[in-house]
Formats: sequence, structure tokens, C-alpha cells
Amino acid sequence: MAAERKTRLSKNLLRMKFMQRGLDSETKKQLEEEEKKIISEEHWYLDLPELKEKESFIIEEQSFLLCEDLLYGRMSFRGFNPEKLMLQMNAKHKAEEVEDETVELDVSDEEMARRYETLVGTIGKKFARKRDHANYEEDENGDITPIKAKKMFLKPQD
Amino acid sequence: MAEPASVAAESLAGSRARAARTVLGQVVLPGEELLLPEQEDAEGPGGAVERPLSLNARACSRVRVVCGPGLRRCGDRLLVTKCGRLRHKEPGSGSGGGVYWVDSQQKRYVPVKGDHVIGIVTAKSGDIFKVDVGGSEPASLSYLSFEGATKRNRPNVGDLIYGQFVVANKDMEPEMVCIDSCGRANGMGVIGQDGLLFKVTLGLIRKLLAPDCEIIQEVGKLYPLEIVFGMNGRIWVKAKTIQQTLILANILEACEHMTSDQRKQIFSRLAES
Repeated sequence: MAAERKTRLSKNLLRMKFMQRGLDSETKKQLEEEEKKIISEEHWYLDLPELKEKESFIIEEQSFLLCEDLLYGRMSFRGFNPEKLMLQMNAKHKAEEVEDETVELDVSDEEMARRYETLVGTIGKKFARKRDHANYEEDENGDITPIKAKKMFLKPQD
Repeated sequence: MAEPASVAAESLAGSRARAARTVLGQVVLPGEELLLPEQEDAEGPGGAVERPLSLNARACSRVRVVCGPGLRRCGDRLLVTKCGRLRHKEPGSGSGGGVYWVDSQQKRYVPVKGDHVIGIVTAKSGDIFKVDVGGSEPASLSYLSFEGATKRNRPNVGDLIYGQFVVANKDMEPEMVCIDSCGRANGMGVIGQDGLLFKVTLGLIRKLLAPDCEIIQEVGKLYPLEIVFGMNGRIWVKAKTIQQTLILANILEACEHMTSDQRKQIFSRLAES
């Protein structure tokens, strides 16, 4: 009795991978086709004629760089910036200017003094031995300020 | 008397699009449609105008036209979105039908890719700085996008930065860098100490940066100074003394509304003192 009626397995179960290993190729193909049919019936599509996109010859740009030939935005005049990069940037745009005035000092005296202050520490650190490296500590900014020498014991002169 | 009014009303109502070529240098209003030169033959106004037959009309049919700021593509025509004067630039070399754009005036800056701007560092977060450029949101600037970037060599919060945008569209947060594609600074980076930052309209910046601008040349003869122009309407100036810096800032702000005669008067007065 039990052999007469086979338990019917659902379609979804039969579509699972482990059930299909035993099948032969024909039944596999049939199952695939059935699946495709199901998909195509439920699949939504637009009932419009195919629109042909014309190749447009207008390009949209939001930048003013293409429109107007603008100069580079960083400039310095009469040798103000010590790097002198700025004058060279626009050299091709400007005509050659005759230098009537004397060129101002590139670096002011204050800046030189400041730079020498830290220079002593940097050069000193280079020649200091490993044990003396503790004397040259670095600030938060990375400036090297030499610490004053420790006071040694002085022998009385008697 | 009634005729010109009706013609004007008709053209303003947008019932007939005008040819872009005829409107160059004139004021256009948002909503107007402009015809490009190729389309004039097909849709031109009927009338007594003789159109000479051009043999190669359709041979080189489509020429690439760039529509710049203030214009949009609308089918085959250009649609005006800002009010101002219509300008055109012929193509220098190679292909292309040139560039059309609207020369308008505004104070609010919208980030555009490739623009050089002055930004103020407002915050550090993770691997990037947040830089205020005057747009709707702060731009992000990576730690590594400076020439010779090291741990020591970094801007602090509150510094001024001159950089350009690499990403700037309406869907994403703008990103800027202080380095060009070769890895060199090229004048970008942290702007030094002192100096004064002030804001002007965007149109003035473009006017001052035009290749034949007299204002910059005259200003440069006054005394040694350094200027940085940001396309977002910000100018930074620095001179030897505070007074000179302030004079410079006032001149640049005021020269927008002065005629060239008034400007020359002021410059001559300054040169005397």
C-alpha cells in the first residue's frame, strides 16, 4: 500500500540543489524551462516603443576656467614674497618689467634672529653624543631649543 | 508704438526662441531659449532675409558646443538659467563650436571642480581636515595632499589654505587638494602668517583675474605686496604695514563700483602720499 502512493514532493523542493544531483540532464532542462516560464509571466515590462537617444552635441560645463582665460590666483609684487615663486607663475602673462626700484630685503632681521636661535640647537644636536641627546628636547612645534648646561659641583678655591 | 511692445512681449513669453548669435553681449533672462547657429537655417524667421545656400551645411553637421555657467541643454537648444549678459568664445584650435556662457553676478559660491579657492580649516576628523569654503557644506582635505606632507608639516585649525577642488557636484561632499596631478604644490598650500582675508562678489574676482586687468597692474606698482584670489569670493592681502594692507583691502572692495577715472584719481592720490 505504501509503495503504491508516492509522497508528492513540492516543486520548490525539487528545484533545490541537493535534489537535482540525482537527476539526468533532460529533467534538469525541463525544470529550468519551467522556471523561466514562471519568471517571464510575472515579469513586468514597459509597453513603449524603443527610444533612440540622439547623440547630443552640447556639453554642459559649470566651470569658468573654460570660458575665460583667467590668471593664476596667487601673486606677489615688488619682491614681497621671499620665495619669489609667485612672480614666476605669471611671468608668461606679464610683459617684462624694468626694475627701477632696488629689490627689498628678502628676509627681515627679526626672522633671521629667530632662525639663528633654533639653528644653534639643531647643529649642536648633530655633534652631540648619544648621552647628550637628552639635553636637546623638542617642543610641540618641532623646534629644538637647547637646555642650559647643568651646574657642576665647584671645588672651593682654598 | 503698440507694435514693439507686442513683439517684446511675444519674445519674452518664450514663444519664439532667439538665435544665440544675435543676442551676444545683451542681457538674457532665465527661461529664454537660444538657438545655436546650425539650427537657424531650419527654424529661422521667415521673411525677407536671404539665406545663401551653403554647400557643406550638413556635411560637418554637428559641431560640439560647450554650454558654460548659466546655461543648460534643453533638447537641441540652450536654456538660460541665470540673468546676465551672454558671452561667446571662439574655439582656439581644433574642434568645437566654442563656448557660450552667461556673465552673471552673485555672492554665494557653489563649489566647482577645478576651481582654486581659499578655505579656512575648521576641524580635524580622522584622516582629513574640514575646510570652510563658503559653500553649502565644508570641503574635506586629506592630510597627505600637500607637497612634502609629513607629521610635522601640517596645517592647524584656523589656518588659511589655497587649494583646488577634485570632486565637486551636487550629490557629494566637495573634496579639495593642495597638490596637482604631478604631486607638486604649484603655489597651493597653507597661506602664511598675517595679512587680511575679506570677501567680495564672485564677478569681481573674475574681473580682477582677467588677463588684461588694469587694476592689478596699478595696484602692483604702489608698494610691495602679496595677494591671493580665491574663486569663492575671498581675497587675502598682505603688505608691509597694517595701514598699507587696509588701504589695499579698501581699494579692492571699492573698485567694483568705480569707473576707471575715479580709480585713477584714487591711485594718483595714493601715489603722492
